[in-house]
Amino acid sequence: MTRTPNAAVTPTVHPLEDLVRMDRIPHIWCPGCGIGSVFTACLTAIKQTGIPYEHFAMVSGIGCSGRGAGYINIDSFHTTHGRAIPFATGIKMANPKLNVIVFSGDGDLFAIGGNHFIHAARRNMDITVVCVNNLTYGMTGGQVAATTPHKARSSTTTAGNPETPFNLPLLAYAAGATYIARWSMFHARDLADAIAAALRRRGFSFIEALSPCPVNYGRRNRETALDTLRHYQEKAIIKNGAHPAELDISGARGLILGKFLDIEKPTHDEVYKRMYRPEEV
Amino acid sequence: MTSRVHTGEHFINGDTACAEGAIAAGCTFFGGYPITPATEVAEHISVRLPEVGGTFIQMEDEIAAMTSVLGGAWTGAKSMTATSGPGFSLMMETIGLAVVTETPCVVVNVQRAGPSTGLPTQGAQADMMQARWGSHGDYEIIAVAPASPQEMFDLTITAFNLSEAYRTPVFIMADEIVGHMSERVVIPEAAKIRTVSRPKPTGRKDRFRLYRPGPNGVAPMPAIGDGYRIHVTGLTHDEKGYPVMSVETQKEMIERITGKIRNNINDIVMTESYRLSDAEIAVVSYGVSARTSFTAVDEARKRGIRAGMLRLVTVWPFPEKQIRALAQKVKGIITVEINMGQISREVERCAAGRVPTIGVGHHGGAIIPPEDVIDAMGREDMR
Amino acid sequence: MKYWRVPLDADAVDVTRGIVHILEDRCKGCGYCIEFCPREVLEFSRTFNAKGYHPPRVRNDDCLNCHYCELICPEFAIFSSASSPSSPGLTTGATE
Repeated sequence: MTRTPNAAVTPTVHPLEDLVRMDRIPHIWCPGCGIGSVFTACLTAIKQTGIPYEHFAMVSGIGCSGRGAGYINIDSFHTTHGRAIPFATGIKMANPKLNVIVFSGDGDLFAIGGNHFIHAARRNMDITVVCVNNLTYGMTGGQVAATTPHKARSSTTTAGNPETPFNLPLLAYAAGATYIARWSMFHARDLADAIAAALRRRGFSFIEALSPCPVNYGRRNRETALDTLRHYQEKAIIKNGAHPAELDISGARGLILGKFLDIEKPTHDEVYKRMYRPEEV
Repeated sequence: MTSRVHTGEHFINGDTACAEGAIAAGCTFFGGYPITPATEVAEHISVRLPEVGGTFIQMEDEIAAMTSVLGGAWTGAKSMTATSGPGFSLMMETIGLAVVTETPCVVVNVQRAGPSTGLPTQGAQADMMQARWGSHGDYEIIAVAPASPQEMFDLTITAFNLSEAYRTPVFIMADEIVGHMSERVVIPEAAKIRTVSRPKPTGRKDRFRLYRPGPNGVAPMPAIGDGYRIHVTGLTHDEKGYPVMSVETQKEMIERITGKIRNNINDIVMTESYRLSDAEIAVVSYGVSARTSFTAVDEARKRGIRAGMLRLVTVWPFPEKQIRALAQKVKGIITVEINMGQISREVERCAAGRVPTIGVGHHGGAIIPPEDVIDAMGREDMR
Repeated sequence: MKYWRVPLDADAVDVTRGIVHILEDRCKGCGYCIEFCPREVLEFSRTFNAKGYHPPRVRNDDCLNCHYCELICPEFAIFSSASSPSSPGLTTGATE
């Protein structure tokens, strides 16, 4: 845009307030926590689509990221640990007209919830999954997670993580997701645009949103919140269309961000209707 | 389109009758997972649901199945799943979520001998206490026990009605025998079937309180997309549905969810009395063991024993009033159930030492023979 | 605006200008908006807000209404809006 819009009306209210349960603000997230930024990107994306708010539902699991559903001013569900995706599946299959968003954390979605993730992806269930990946279980104090880097410190791996983490886009790809993107909350505009694109399309969309956890991950690993963001800024390589097999986050490969997959494939509700209720098609 | 209600006389098994009952009740969503001996409920309903514009999905495990049922329920659909012991155990956390979010849903447990994998093809009634206490925390639950394929049809409709009226999960505690036996099932005309749906909110959307109870203790329930912008959480929550971490809110919430069932117990509990008016020994039973008990009572009467039966159609909330009254009338109570003593403990509790109470049951895997019940009637401590 | 080479249509193009609105009492002092504003419009103020943090304050009038601070802020504590083209550079640290 090269024209300044009409500035006669100066807003005094934050533009996202109609989508936020302002009676529950301030939220519980720590200073510097990236979940608030991912949440803001998600709300921005919802507005960007122009789809009426009544058409949306947000489902989250348990954890700091799982608290997201509690702050959004649409029909929202804070369910049990790891079970946001089957809850979302139930919503979508019982009312396919709804636009269902799952907003949850890496531990919730990929450890306890891992099985549900792969099956929803396999079915190409028409939902959008926003995973805030802060490399840890933040809410409970910073325990090791399936996404914690090798040798990183956590409260249950005080001498360093002996395990190696998932490559989440690869997992999503192998399971059958049809839209896969990874951004960090620092890349706020790209993240919001990716979520908006996912909301507008049909199919299982997965967006990994990297985020700092300054208190429970950062302090143990000698990283302030700003350190983490500077790391995102300096080390990120944007490689749209990269193959998910190359996307593990490691010293050697660096941090690859971008949109890696965006394909058309019939969604589960479409196929079910075509095969089982053909008279409605 | 095929009609919703297959009016007429059928010769079908209990699982099939249960699925037909669900369809007749207006169920439009089933999230399932196969498990012996409940699989046939899913199989039959997977064919019937699309015929009536509904949706079936087989999920990846029982936890997913139960969770999908809750999601479906919040879109306004009458939702259900069916399982047996091992799946029932897996579903318990999610059942707690259903209870505390006051989500109407129906869960069928076609019980088999346990614990663990047990005897998958052989019946038992050993999950009865689990139905009451299986999830963590304090709560009330409604559970019915069908004693025939006909009741598998009828009580499924009743279960849906109760779950909608009281916004609670309702369990159908069937067993493998009733589930897999085939008998005559009469399905009435649709117009003669009474169905109940959850109370819907009226009034201003911005003033709406998701958990503010109506006169009978039940809050109206909107569906996703109705414009109420609800927030539903498993955390302890206030009337708005917002999490509040306080003892006061915990008290209000627990009193609301337990109160709506306890205070309406007279409308919920269903029992059947058989030859009790002049009985000296009462048999208390439910489900398939009630069939054993009917035979035992009749045979005992022929032998001069004044026996009668109180059949529990509703097992939870436990018919305390009825058992206490019974304990004032008879000289002894025998509880008959295929387990090592579960509902017998409730009977003993309510009898409060007024009369001797014993249990007739066993480890599971087979029906209790009526002779075992008659033998018990002849025991020293029943005189 | 500083250019290393002045575009030929510099006077034909109307560059968006913005006003930064800071909701001081929501700020938790993370510093993201200050650190990453592309025009270095913000700096930590010396005052404390109700929570005890130093919220940002506007230090120049270079805001381009890019909304980056609005997007990155985790607290809904800052946003930008377009300022009138006739008064370029009118940025205030409006607070609520």
